[in-house]
Amino acid sequence: MFVDTVIEDKSLHKPAFLLGLSIAVLAFFFAFNFTNTIFGEFLSPVIGNPQESGFFGRLVVSFVLAIIFVLNLLLISFAKLKIQILIVWIELFFLFLAFAYSFDLELAYIFIGEPSKIWLMISKGLFTTIYISAVSIAIATAIAIVGAIAKLSNNGFAYAIASFYTSLFRGLPLLLQIYLIYMGLPQLGFMIDAIPSGIAALSLCYGAYMTEIFRAGIQSIPKGQWEASRALGFKFGLILRKIILPQSIPIIVPPTGNQFIAMLKDSSLVSVLGIWELMFMAKKIGSKDFNNLEMLLTAAMIYWALTIILEIIQARIERKYQQKA
Amino acid sequence: MNASNETKSENPVISLCDVSKWYGDFQALKDINLEINLKEKIVICGPSGSGKSTLIRCLNRLEAHQEGKIHISGIELHETMKDVDIIRRDIGMVFQNFNLFPHLTVLENCMAGPNWVRGIDKKEAEKRAVAMLEQVKIPEQADKYPDQLSGGQQQRVAIARSLCMQPKVMLFDEPTSALDPEMVSEVLDTMVELANSGMTMICVTHEMGFARQVADRIIFMADGEIVEQNTPDEFFNNPKSDRTKTFLDQILI
Repeated sequence: MFVDTVIEDKSLHKPAFLLGLSIAVLAFFFAFNFTNTIFGEFLSPVIGNPQESGFFGRLVVSFVLAIIFVLNLLLISFAKLKIQILIVWIELFFLFLAFAYSFDLELAYIFIGEPSKIWLMISKGLFTTIYISAVSIAIATAIAIVGAIAKLSNNGFAYAIASFYTSLFRGLPLLLQIYLIYMGLPQLGFMIDAIPSGIAALSLCYGAYMTEIFRAGIQSIPKGQWEASRALGFKFGLILRKIILPQSIPIIVPPTGNQFIAMLKDSSLVSVLGIWELMFMAKKIGSKDFNNLEMLLTAAMIYWALTIILEIIQARIERKYQQKA
Repeated sequence: MNASNETKSENPVISLCDVSKWYGDFQALKDINLEINLKEKIVICGPSGSGKSTLIRCLNRLEAHQEGKIHISGIELHETMKDVDIIRRDIGMVFQNFNLFPHLTVLENCMAGPNWVRGIDKKEAEKRAVAMLEQVKIPEQADKYPDQLSGGQQQRVAIARSLCMQPKVMLFDEPTSALDPEMVSEVLDTMVELANSGMTMICVTHEMGFARQVADRIIFMADGEIVEQNTPDEFFNNPKSDRTKTFLDQILI
């Protein structure tokens, strides 16, 4: 994106805007009555018993909240960009924690037991999730390269098979594909375990999406590159390997990274086959003691941490290719 | 291939017989007949859309012709041939837009053909690449990437890249048309030197000074046909057809 070179006044520093914003925020907090939440309790010295404070209590609570909110914005607006980003991240994270806290969780639950439940989640669930995703990603990439070449070829069979494949596997919900493979293949006489069928479903589904990404990446290389290679006497495979694919990698990497992240999370769907991955373990362990939310939240945090790691890796790779280009 | 070199010097290295090509309903080439001998320098000129580029792109079969016959060193180009890349190795081509490989350094660009296609080992290919870069006078740019060079330098690298394959014939498709004016001469100088070294060259270009200086024959095309072909002196001083006269009037102001 191109940021314009003209610096505009920050609208937050204009009194009229600030006043309008404050009123809007006040109205928002007033509309969603916060009196019966933790904020009401905090203000009980002023408003008395929150339950009985009525209109006055509601007004005071929303007024305090609005002041905090707007002051917060105003203070952050004076900071440098990087610090702004950091502060907002931290604040949003604490809001998320507050949301989780409001579930009235028994957080100690995940640390008790021998071995502890969080250790079970990580040693068994996380390991299986990563294992399934990594194998599926590798297979999907291989499928994507073959599929993309087939889709670009003049061979009728190759094109028909590849386009049928992408159409089918992009057209069916992943959950349905998982069931179809797990329950359909045995009908043909192939007994297939849960983990291989989960991997098959994930690779085939994501292979179809990535086929399109790879095809677009290959197509984005100018025709002149093909012509120059042909004119030097290169054969097709050599052109693809040495000239076209190396140039399309910087174009392919960002969307492929997104697919990797999406697949990591979609691997939770194979829990329906009883595979002991994160999602399945979270449900299984939690439901035994009616502590579902604790375990689901644990799984959520592990998934989130994983995708953050993947995002960082993706950004590193992108930066590396940008420097080269 | 090497043994046939001697005998072919009498026969034309390239011959076209009644070659026609269509893009859909539009006929781009009409019954082209042409013979080009070894060491001959041909300049093809004509108004845009006259089929000049199409013609030389047919010579290494980047484009397919539909009727007539094209022979390169006695081998016919046709659509079911298995080893068109063997013929292409012997025909260098320089494009209007250079078409260098941007992910490879200048040196790697020049080594690519010999190393990957001809199977020459890396050391030998590098030696040859350095020699060719010296011939086009940019050995000092060997380790840079193409986009770090000026247009003129890039085009000289493209020439060196083709020469590394030790071609028998060089095709030039408007090699100076995409260049800034001040860079045209450095590329033309390189081409003149190449011509003086005895290379067989076929150039599509509007650089009439270059044509006058090196061409053995100038071919004027219009509407997919060869309208006139002659020596430079005759062509410039005594054009026969009206179309040639009009074209020359427009181009030589």
